Amino acid sequence: MDNRIDRCFAGLQGRKALIPFITAGDPDATQTVPLMQALVAGGADIIELGIPFSDPMADGPTIQRASERALQRGMTLNKVLALVAEFRQHNQHTPVVLMGYLNPLEAMGYAEFAAAAQAAGVDGVLTVDCPPEEADELAPALQAQGLAPVFLVAPTTPLARVQALAKHAQGYVYYVSLKGVTGAATLDPQAVAQRVNELKTLIPLPIGVGFGIRDAASARAIGEAADAVVIGSRLVEEIERSGAQAAHNLTEFLSGIRAALDA
Amino acid sequence: MHPYDLPDERGHFGRYGGVFVAETLMTALEELKTEYAKAKADPAFMAEFHHELAHYVGRPSPIYHAQRWSAALGGAQIYLKREDLNHTGAHKINNAIGQALLARRMGKKRVIAETGAGQHGVATATVAARYGMECIVYMGAEDVQRQAPNVFRMKLLGATVVPVESGSRTLKDALNEAMRDWVTNVDSTFYILGTAAGPHPYPMIVRDFVSVIGEECLTQMPAMLGRQPDAVVACVGGGSNAIGIFYPYIPHPDVRLIGVEAGGDGVETGRHAAPLNAGRPGVLHGARMYLMQDENGQIAETHSVSAGLDYPGVGPEHSYLKDIGRAEYVAVTDSEALAAFDDLCRFEGIIPALESSHALAYAKKLAPTLPADQVILVNLSGRGDKDINTVARMRGLEL
Repeated sequence: MDNRIDRCFAGLQGRKALIPFITAGDPDATQTVPLMQALVAGGADIIELGIPFSDPMADGPTIQRASERALQRGMTLNKVLALVAEFRQHNQHTPVVLMGYLNPLEAMGYAEFAAAAQAAGVDGVLTVDCPPEEADELAPALQAQGLAPVFLVAPTTPLARVQALAKHAQGYVYYVSLKGVTGAATLDPQAVAQRVNELKTLIPLPIGVGFGIRDAASARAIGEAADAVVIGSRLVEEIERSGAQAAHNLTEFLSGIRAALDA
Repeated sequence: MHPYDLPDERGHFGRYGGVFVAETLMTALEELKTEYAKAKADPAFMAEFHHELAHYVGRPSPIYHAQRWSAALGGAQIYLKREDLNHTGAHKINNAIGQALLARRMGKKRVIAETGAGQHGVATATVAARYGMECIVYMGAEDVQRQAPNVFRMKLLGATVVPVESGSRTLKDALNEAMRDWVTNVDSTFYILGTAAGPHPYPMIVRDFVSVIGEECLTQMPAMLGRQPDAVVACVGGGSNAIGIFYPYIPHPDVRLIGVEAGGDGVETGRHAAPLNAGRPGVLHGARMYLMQDENGQIAETHSVSAGLDYPGVGPEHSYLKDIGRAEYVAVTDSEALAAFDDLCRFEGIIPALESSHALAYAKKLAPTLPADQVILVNLSGRGDKDINTVARMRGLEL
C-alpha cells in the first residue's frame, strides 16, 4: 500500500516525524481547518484528528472537555469528514489520521465510513476501543479504500501479541508510553526507549510514541528512539486557553518541538 | 443440557459482546479470563464461594407467595424471589463476593467499582471490608445526590466514593471513570464490575456468580408448587439480576422469560432507559450490545426514576436472548413502577427497590390477563430503604 503516511515516513530521511493531535470541532467547526494549517506551519508531519465521542473512556479530562465542547456545538462524524475535505483543498501532502472510538463509525457503517473517509482525503484510522481481535470488519473495510488501520501497543502488551498485531497494522504503530489515560503525568524516557527498540525488532512499521509528551525536552528524549512523537493534550490545553490566539500559539509551540526534534 | 454454550472463546454471544477496550487493558482481561477458568475448575474456590453465600449473605434466599397482592390483582399468582433479604439488601452481593475472591486469588489488594443506585457500590465496599482490601467506588454526581444513604453506607464501610462530574453524571460516566482508573492502575487493581455488561469475560463471570439466584429457584419452585413457574420476570438495566434468574431457566422452554426495562416518562417520549425496546446495536464499555444512541453514534442521555436502571446499554447476553427470541423485553414507566412500589408496601409489607419495582409493575399488568392457576415468579432484586428519599421527594416531602 502506498498512501500519504508511507510517503511521509519514506521522505523523512532520518528526521523524526511530529504528529500533533487536536479534536475536530474544538472549540468550534470554523476553527478546525485553520488550526490544522497552523499545525502544518509549526512543522507537523502527520495530523491526528480526534472524532469527538460522548464517552471517551481512554481520555483524560483535557480531551474529555474538548469532546464535550465539540459535541455541544454539533460536531458529527460526517462533519469531521467534511472538515478533512476542506483541509485537503489547501493541503495535498500532510497525512490525516482520524482517531476516535468505534461506535460513531459502526453507526455510519464501516464500508460507508471507509469510502467517505477516502473521498475526504483521510489516510489512516485509529479506533481506541477496537483492538485487532475485533477489527475483522473494520480493518478490511479500511484497507479496501487504501486507508491504514493504525493500532495501539501498550506497556502491558506481551511480545507475542505485538507480533500478531503487526500483521494487521499499517501506516505506523502508536505506542502508548504509559499506563493511563491521555494527558496523564510524567513518562520515563529510558523505559520507553528500551521498549521501542524491542518493538522495532518485531514490527516492520514506524513506531510513534504518545501519551505524556508535553514539551521540547520530553519530545526530544522520546524522539531518540521513536520514529514519531505524538502530542495531544498539551495542544488541546493551548486551544482551551488561548481563544483567538490559538492558531498562532499552536504554530509557535509546535515550532519549538520541531526544533528540539531536529536539533 | 443448556441449549447454548456461550459466550464463545472470544466472548461473543452471537454478534454481541466481545472485547472492545484500549490495548492497555487487553492483557489484564486475558489474565482475568485465565484465572477465572482456573478458579471455576477449583473445587476449593467454589466451596469457599458457596460457604460465603450461605454464612455471610444468608442464602438460599426464600421464595414468597405474594398472596394478598395476587388476590387483589385477580389473576395469576405472584411469587417473589427475595434477593432483598440478602446481606446488603440486593442481589449485587453474590457477584461482589465472587469477584472479590477472584481478586484475592490474583493477589490484588485494591478493588474499584462503578455504581448507579449504590447497591453494587455498597456490596463492593462490604466485601472489600470483609477481605481487607482498599476500595474506590465511582458514582455519577447526580446519583450521589439521589442515593445519599448508600453513599454514607459505603463510607461507613471504609470505601472512598468518587463523584463523577463528566457527561450525564450517572452510571455510564461512573463506568467510564472506573475504566480510566483501571487503565492507570492495572497492575495493582481488580475492577469489580457490577453488571452483566462490559468486556469479556465480565458478562460471563457476573452471570455465573449471580446464577445462584435462578439455580435456587429451579429447586425451590418444584418444592413449593410441584412445578416450575409459567413466567419469570426481572428488571433490566445492565441486566445482572435478570440474567441471574433467567440463565438457569433458558433450557426450560415452557417458562417465559420477561425482562422489564425502565420506560421513564414513556418509551414514546424518548426520555427513558430502554435500549432493548428502543435502541439499536452499537459498541460501548467494551462490548457490542443494544444501545441508546443518536443517528451519529453518540450515546444518548437516559432517564429513569431508578438510578440502577439509568444506563444506555444492556448486557450482551440479553441482546442475544432478545434476537433469538428466548426472552421478551418490555418497558414500564416511572409512574407504573412507583404504583407497584406502593402496592408491595401496602399489600405485602415489603418495601421494594425502585429497580425491582419495574419488574413488579409488569407482573401487575400481566397477572390479571392470566388464569389464577398460573404462576409468575418475580425477582425482587433489592429492598427499597435506599429509595425512600427519592420517593418522598416525588411526593413533595423532604425527610
